[in-house]
Amino acid sequence: MGEFFKYFSPSIYNYVILSSILFAIGVMGVLIRRNIIIIFMAIELMLNAVNLLLVGFSVHHDDTGGQVFVFFIMAVAAAEITVGLAILMMIYRNTGSVSVDSLKNLKW
Amino acid sequence: MDNILFFILSALAIGGALMVILARNPVYSVLFTILTFFAIGGHFLLLNAQFLFIVNIIVYAGAIMVLFLYVIMMLNLNKQSEPTQPFFIKVIAAISGGLLLITLLGALRGMDSDKVISDIPYSDIGLVKNLGKVLFTEYLIPFEISSVLFLSAMIGAVMLGKKNLKDH
Amino acid sequence: MSKFLVALIPLLPLLGFLIIGLGNKKLSKTLVGFIGCGAILGSFIIVLSLLFPFLNGTAKGETLSYFDWISVGNFKISFSFLVDQLSVIMMTIITGIGFLIHVYSAGYMSHDEGYARYFSYLNLFVFSMLLLVMGSNYVVMFAGWEGVGLCSYLLIGFWFKNTEYNNAAKKAFIMNRIGDLGFLLGMLLIFTTFGTLDYLEVFSRANSVQENSTIIIAITLLLFIGATGKSAQIPLYTWLPDAMAGPTPVSALIHAATMVTAGIYMIVRSNVLYSMSEVTLEIIEIVGLATALFAATIGLVQNDIKKVLAYSTVSQLGYMFFALGLGAYSTGMFHLTTHAFFKALLFLGAGSVIHAMSGEQDIRNMGGLVKKLPITFGTFLIATLAISGIPPFAGFFSKDEILAHAYEHAPFLWGFALVGALMTTFYMFRLLFLTFFGKFRGTEHQRSHLHESPLVMTIPLMILALFSIIAGFIGIPEVLGGSNFLKKFLSPVITSQGAETYAALSHAVEYRLMGASVGAVLVVIFITWFYYVQREVRPAKEGEQISTPHKVLYNKYYIDEIYNSIIVKPLKWFSDKFYSILELKVIDGFVNSWGKGVNLGSSAIRHVQSGSISFYLLVMVAGIILILLINNLI
Repeated sequence: MGEFFKYFSPSIYNYVILSSILFAIGVMGVLIRRNIIIIFMAIELMLNAVNLLLVGFSVHHDDTGGQVFVFFIMAVAAAEITVGLAILMMIYRNTGSVSVDSLKNLKW
Repeated sequence: MDNILFFILSALAIGGALMVILARNPVYSVLFTILTFFAIGGHFLLLNAQFLFIVNIIVYAGAIMVLFLYVIMMLNLNKQSEPTQPFFIKVIAAISGGLLLITLLGALRGMDSDKVISDIPYSDIGLVKNLGKVLFTEYLIPFEISSVLFLSAMIGAVMLGKKNLKDH
Repeated sequence: MSKFLVALIPLLPLLGFLIIGLGNKKLSKTLVGFIGCGAILGSFIIVLSLLFPFLNGTAKGETLSYFDWISVGNFKISFSFLVDQLSVIMMTIITGIGFLIHVYSAGYMSHDEGYARYFSYLNLFVFSMLLLVMGSNYVVMFAGWEGVGLCSYLLIGFWFKNTEYNNAAKKAFIMNRIGDLGFLLGMLLIFTTFGTLDYLEVFSRANSVQENSTIIIAITLLLFIGATGKSAQIPLYTWLPDAMAGPTPVSALIHAATMVTAGIYMIVRSNVLYSMSEVTLEIIEIVGLATALFAATIGLVQNDIKKVLAYSTVSQLGYMFFALGLGAYSTGMFHLTTHAFFKALLFLGAGSVIHAMSGEQDIRNMGGLVKKLPITFGTFLIATLAISGIPPFAGFFSKDEILAHAYEHAPFLWGFALVGALMTTFYMFRLLFLTFFGKFRGTEHQRSHLHESPLVMTIPLMILALFSIIAGFIGIPEVLGGSNFLKKFLSPVITSQGAETYAALSHAVEYRLMGASVGAVLVVIFITWFYYVQREVRPAKEGEQISTPHKVLYNKYYIDEIYNSIIVKPLKWFSDKFYSILELKVIDGFVNSWGKGVNLGSSAIRHVQSGSISFYLLVMVAGIILILLINNLI
């Protein structure tokens, strides 16, 4: 049992791997889903993956900068989601759908 | 003990994240997102970043995700109304995500694993008191400006949310 | 001397230019006149305060540095003025005559709608001219050089509604440009040779170069090309007669007294370099004498009062260059000074006549003006006597000095120069007799309008007449009991070479030369009088049959036509060809083909913009992966 958990120490190495996995899952989410709300959540996942990595490095280097940065990322993310969801409401009102494919006007 | 906690929290985070993007019902997605965020919050605690743990729970799991739920509720989304991608796009997306993961992990290539595998040292910079001091001294101006950002986001949301601007 | 006061000399006209130029429409004519003249008067007073210490011999040449103008690496040009004997003389001429001409202009231009514009240009001109003569290095001089060229252009084309006048302005500007290129190249060559452009430093390093070496010949020749442009010498003289399109006071100030003498000033200033190059001096001598004779022959048959004076100016400038070519720098400056007075007077007198004749310039339609314009006639006569070289008027001394130098150099040169002087006498008295004697030949309308000019115009005439009489006294030669003050005065800025040769002639020879030239001039005056007053010969009317040599002279040797056919027309032909082939086909074709290529390519590629956001996201992620991959592999 102890032999198995040996590889799961909360070290910077493992945090890089964990954040990468979470980030990749976020990217995949953006690509495979068409529901704009889910895409938003996938974006939040990516942001959190980055946050986690920042905190990890902040502790690793014993530097407050990283954690302050995370704080601001959270602030910006909150603002972004507020406006984003409001736009989403407008889209739904105009097209009756929350699929990204309903937005096809951005072309030649 | 730390290793076990790390394993459990990581498993929860990855599993939750996967469920977020795989669940057919948007409401489930939201719930799994909350779970993921709690797991990440746990990681913050593990790293002794108490302030960010609190903020994460309050802002993300509390405020943002509730906002998501509200929207889903208002739009009355469920499994039946969920749009789906063609299968081959899903395959391509999965491959792209995998490739991205590989390339990201490629960054670890040159790392001296013996040195970095050791536990992260104990640090108290993440305590509310210490981070608060830094926020209100060194980062005071960005902190204040972020409030302006919130104000504009609020106004923007209200303006967009109105049924028809010309009515007023 | 005070740095501030010296700086004020060019600054006052500049200020006048700015005030009049910016307040163009808002200032009243009286105010414009007062500001314009006042600025120059202020400068003149300051110049006088500088001049007197020099005359006493108490002051020495001084370089006044104001600020670093250009500073790149080891290339440093300071904005500084050199106040010494030479520049003080020039400044006195410029501001003194400039002031008189400003006052005169206030009367002459009083009915013109461009009154304020005229005065602003005139003030700008005085500023540029002062910059030219005051600068202590070639760059400041060049700035002034270009400035006076610009003002000359603006003032020749002052009545810009007339296409012909505009063409004359352009011609002057382009001719000057050709000369300026030579000047610029000469300047660059000086810098590469001596590493500096400051006069005093260049002259002190001059002996680092071999005398008569190629480099010094090249420098002096290039500078001389600049001088031929600005001072209207062969082959670049044709702009000056056309420049008479400008208002007459402008012709007096710019195209007779000051700007056209810039070339002479520049050569006198660089006399150290010129004395090192015998070849260049020979060339200047030949060009100067050729111009003097050539322009004089054309002047013999011209019928436009200002054209005659213009060719006379070209001819007299040729004399000055001739003197410089002989190595007699101070003599050249002497003639420049006296010429400035009497030629300005002649032009202003001509302006007074034109004013009285309601704009008529053809002397065939004048005559008998002596009773109507007594003051103009008197002053005009004095100037004519001065330019003809009748003692004791100013022109006698300066011209005689040139002749003496010529004789000392080679007697046949004296012969040529004397022929030129006699021709000058002939055409000047022809002009005088045809204009003021005989019967009035104009229209009735003109006759009823004949009137003497107002005091504001005649007073400058009288002052200039006074100076046309006495200006020669600054250079009375030893043989006439004088001490040639000017030569001594200028000796600190002029190398001894050539300056002392004059003394080589014995007094007896000098007396004979003077007697010969004065006698010949008197004979010519008598012949002219006999011909035009006694026998009342009148110049041929337009279209009348005239003999071939006369026709050639009347048409100015067809030089304009020759330039037109050998330079302008081929150039035009080439430009046309370049336009139709190189521009339209090659360059346009090249540029347009790029445009068409981009158009085609984009119409093919634009289908990538499908509008599907998922597709965009996929491509974006692929791009990110690619970047990270490349980053990892490197």
